[in-house]
Amino acid sequence: MTAIIEVSRLVKRFGPKVVLRQLDFRVETGEFVALLGPNGAGKTTFLRILSSLSRPTLGSVSVAGYSLPHQAASVRRRLGVVSHLPLLYGDLSAEENLLFYGRMYAVDKLSGRMDEVLEQVGLTNRRRDLVRTFSRGMQQRLAIGRAILHDPEVLLLDEPHTGLDQDACDMLDAALRQVAVRGRTVVMTSHDLSRAEDLASRFDVLARGTIQGSVQRQDIARDGLLGYYRKTLELSQNNAKNHKAEAAR
Amino acid sequence: MNGFAPFMRALSAVVWKDLRAEWRSRELLSAMLVFALLVILIFNFALELESTVRANVTAGVLWVTFTFAGQLGLNRSMAVEKDRGCLDGLLLAPVDRAAIYLGKTLANWVFMLLVAVIVLPIYSVLYNTNLFIPGLLLTILLGSEGYVAVGTLLSSMAVQARTRDILLPILLFPVAIPVVIAAVKATGGYLQGLDITEILPWLNLLITYDVVFTAVAFMVFDSVVEE
Repeated sequence: MTAIIEVSRLVKRFGPKVVLRQLDFRVETGEFVALLGPNGAGKTTFLRILSSLSRPTLGSVSVAGYSLPHQAASVRRRLGVVSHLPLLYGDLSAEENLLFYGRMYAVDKLSGRMDEVLEQVGLTNRRRDLVRTFSRGMQQRLAIGRAILHDPEVLLLDEPHTGLDQDACDMLDAALRQVAVRGRTVVMTSHDLSRAEDLASRFDVLARGTIQGSVQRQDIARDGLLGYYRKTLELSQNNAKNHKAEAAR
Repeated sequence: MNGFAPFMRALSAVVWKDLRAEWRSRELLSAMLVFALLVILIFNFALELESTVRANVTAGVLWVTFTFAGQLGLNRSMAVEKDRGCLDGLLLAPVDRAAIYLGKTLANWVFMLLVAVIVLPIYSVLYNTNLFIPGLLLTILLGSEGYVAVGTLLSSMAVQARTRDILLPILLFPVAIPVVIAAVKATGGYLQGLDITEILPWLNLLITYDVVFTAVAFMVFDSVVEE
């Protein structure tokens, strides 16, 4: 298997605050990785660096064989990003939004591709409606459509279930499964462990600015993902306490 | 020529998107227009101008109207991108970010010129002053281009801050002083019927400002929007 995302000793500082500390991360082509962690762990910052929206302070990051931030344009061409904000224009219709992003990504045979994507996210019959008339769930499905329009190799999802009701989450998950089935690599941050457990093939726990543990779906013990997540966080807390005690000595 | 076609495609996509969205919502234009008309009316009543004074103050009143209305539009144009995360959507696209800047600038310029197209006849009627002088129209074209060139860049900086509504005028007006002075002087010159040789230095200043600030903004936009 070849690594499509490789991150080594990544550090990100905002002024004096260190958000990511010596983070190492590797994703193989076709994997669906759920990045779990408490609030403030650095998940969003990490995804922003992977998506080239933020520069790393130290360390190396490469996506699809291109390094960041130097080859950012090449990375962007191969990435699709979905965040908890839809990144869509409310005063444009669903198809106008796709048309705009399709032109920005220079998508070939755009009209046909738009039909295909709208069908895939179940919005064909609402294609001419303004996005501001859409429910949150529909906007999020269209956001996935926007992100996969240019057929990216890697899809980055930052808490895509935020603010969605049960039905909308189910529809979103169905759309994500379709994406995963087509062999794309997906990295998704989430607080929703049960949904992450349903979707992902690997689970990484990010806390205190670094990856504290990583487990494949088949290796999760009987107490499930929740058990693994709690144990990993507990261990990281204990390690941090020990480090502090050692430093104090 | 390899990068020119993608650059133009991205630029035209941004302009198309901004004009299309504004055509639907009319949020930005209506706010700019209402504000501009109110300013003209307030000046009309406040100054109770005699015909001899009119030619002297018209240039100032016009450019106060354009700059304040333009500032409203600049703020709104970037706020729309930021509020729904669309700025990230733009920055994630694999295009030269200068194309995004130029696209936003062109769209803002169109909005400002549309305001001028509506304000000028109304002002002409209210103040009984002929504003349809070719040189004056050229001054408005040049002055508004310089203003939106620097304004679009600064609004993309201000939009990152929580106090963006206050921050933009604080950043913009000091930098835009040369273009406003030159535009007021050139406009006044045309209204007072001065010789072109007296107006030309101000037009030259406007052209220089437009070229320099558009070029600088074109080059630094990428760094300004980067986190």
